[in-house]
Amino acid sequence: MSQTLAAPIARASTRKSSTSPGDRIFAAAAKSAGVFVLVLLGAIIVSLFIGGWPSFRAFGLRFLVDADWDPVQNTFGGAVPIYGTLITAVLAILMAVPLAFGIAFYLTELAPIWFRRPVGTAIELLAAVPSIIYGMWGFFMIVPFMASFVQPTAIDWLSDLPLVGFLFEGPPFGTGILTAALILAVMILPFIAATMRDVFLTVPPVFKESAYGLGCTTWEVMRSIVIPYTRTSVVGGIMLGLGRALGETMAVTFVIGNTNRLSTSLFGPGNTIASIVALEFPESQAGSLKLSSLLALGFILFVISFIVLAISRTLLRPGKTS
Amino acid sequence: MKFRTLAAITAATLLAAPAFAQQITGAGATFPAPVYAKWGEAAKAAVGIELNYQAIGSGGGQNQIMNRTVDFGASDAPVDGPKLAETKLLQFPTVMGAVVPIVNIPGIAADQLKLTGDLVADIYAGKVTKWNDAKIAALNPGLTLPSLAIAPVYRADGSGTTYVFTSYLAAVSTEWKDKVGAATSVKWPAGNGAKGNDGVGATVKQVRGAIGYVENAYATQNKLTTTQLRNKAGAFVAPTLPAFTAAAESGDWKNAQNYAVNLIDTAGPTSWPIVSATFILLPKDPKDAGRSAAVMKFFDWAYTNGSKIAADLEYIPLPKTVQDAVRASWKSEIKG
Repeated sequence: MSQTLAAPIARASTRKSSTSPGDRIFAAAAKSAGVFVLVLLGAIIVSLFIGGWPSFRAFGLRFLVDADWDPVQNTFGGAVPIYGTLITAVLAILMAVPLAFGIAFYLTELAPIWFRRPVGTAIELLAAVPSIIYGMWGFFMIVPFMASFVQPTAIDWLSDLPLVGFLFEGPPFGTGILTAALILAVMILPFIAATMRDVFLTVPPVFKESAYGLGCTTWEVMRSIVIPYTRTSVVGGIMLGLGRALGETMAVTFVIGNTNRLSTSLFGPGNTIASIVALEFPESQAGSLKLSSLLALGFILFVISFIVLAISRTLLRPGKTS
Repeated sequence: MKFRTLAAITAATLLAAPAFAQQITGAGATFPAPVYAKWGEAAKAAVGIELNYQAIGSGGGQNQIMNRTVDFGASDAPVDGPKLAETKLLQFPTVMGAVVPIVNIPGIAADQLKLTGDLVADIYAGKVTKWNDAKIAALNPGLTLPSLAIAPVYRADGSGTTYVFTSYLAAVSTEWKDKVGAATSVKWPAGNGAKGNDGVGATVKQVRGAIGYVENAYATQNKLTTTQLRNKAGAFVAPTLPAFTAAAESGDWKNAQNYAVNLIDTAGPTSWPIVSATFILLPKDPKDAGRSAAVMKFFDWAYTNGSKIAADLEYIPLPKTVQDAVRASWKSEIKG
């Protein structure tokens, strides 16, 4: 991406450098603005890594798999928040994608024309709701609902099942990994739905009309024409949602239960990287191993998000959709 | 030229501010923040000192005063002697406060349930898991306790309240002391975390069978269901102001180094067992002696005139003797 952008700029600057000093100054300013972003990104990564270095040195690679987070004994392992971050984000994607697909399918193929605009706007507004609002809504509406209906029912009916029973064990607190994933799913839904709707609209009408002409049903057109045509962009949109889910802090803090113990149950409490950093940061002494461990977790989150967003950018790159 | 004018205006504004009110800045503990805010309002009118206090947490307050970015730091957990000497800080207490357990058990009203420190430690260790456990029933013969799972709730964010509460558990249970310990955040063996006093209060209200701990002022304002606790003398006491004051008075202030008095599980027959002081950290070698003097003037005013404000907010004012000892320390230890 950066290369495709940089090439025309480079060409432009060489061509115009001979004309006037004003142009040269402007070219330099524009170039430095572009480089500034790269430098900033690099500086953040480097400073996080340096901050986290004492922790990496003390615990090594064990930091990634050790579930022991004990500020009193000064031993820190990041397994619980790393696991919590990944599992809530993946569960959120599993819940949001089918719904987002339904929304996009309905809006592009089925809904009456006059109805498409208000629903589309509503989805975009959903994306504009601040995350703290989702957190409060989750804490005061979803958590009691989960605690009094969903979790007791699931625990009664499902926890004795062979093989999957362990997923539904534990007391019905209402908070926990599943609740956090549910809130995240609602939060990332608008991003995924909006991306899907936009890419579905890029399918040339002639393709669809040809398929209809051959006697295809709406679903067959969607399955055999629209989805294959937009597949990579759809995956890119999902990755974009995943990126948001990974870094979400406040809404998750409200509902995840905030414990540094590994829990196999979906109703069990957990922690995410963003949440533990937000909670523990104010009480961390400068120069302490705890502060360093929090910075190390921040570095890990940065790397995970970076990978996810890099994949999403690659897939969303125009010209790869065919 | 333009720049110079701008600089002059900026300087003028900066210099002009103290003419109206002397500004002092502090940062740290959230626990005493409400009383510092009220004192600040009252002191601005009375002695012309404007307090700018940021409740960023005890750890943050210690970091900031050690870097000297504020005039004073505030911490719930006392800083140990060697560290105070190394960073050239004077530590003194301002007010005291109590931490109280809160519960949500159907049919149980405030201060009906009796608990012991050992039992609370067992509950938070995940060893006592039902409200009709034989140990709880033995302490509460008159109450009908439901067969309900106990859901312990703790502060997920690092906090002075957690430091005080875990100090109590460590004081009454050797097992807690060995396995978990006392700190602003610990490795909780059981339960769920919630953010802030309000988070713990709201979670306990929502979850049937929950037990939590909050600062007393918070429990009173929100009418949460508190419990009785057995103190060191063996008596069951309810969380009331006289019980807190009794604990404060039975503290061994005379022998405490740097005023780091231990008010946890004091011996008095009517003492509430979970009481703690909150502290101010002031540089002994202030960069700006004027501002440091203003900080001392502020707390001197608060000692003399702030007791009623503190008591209204359910904090416990310092005993007179301690206040006088602190005033003496200011004179002898802070370079003017």
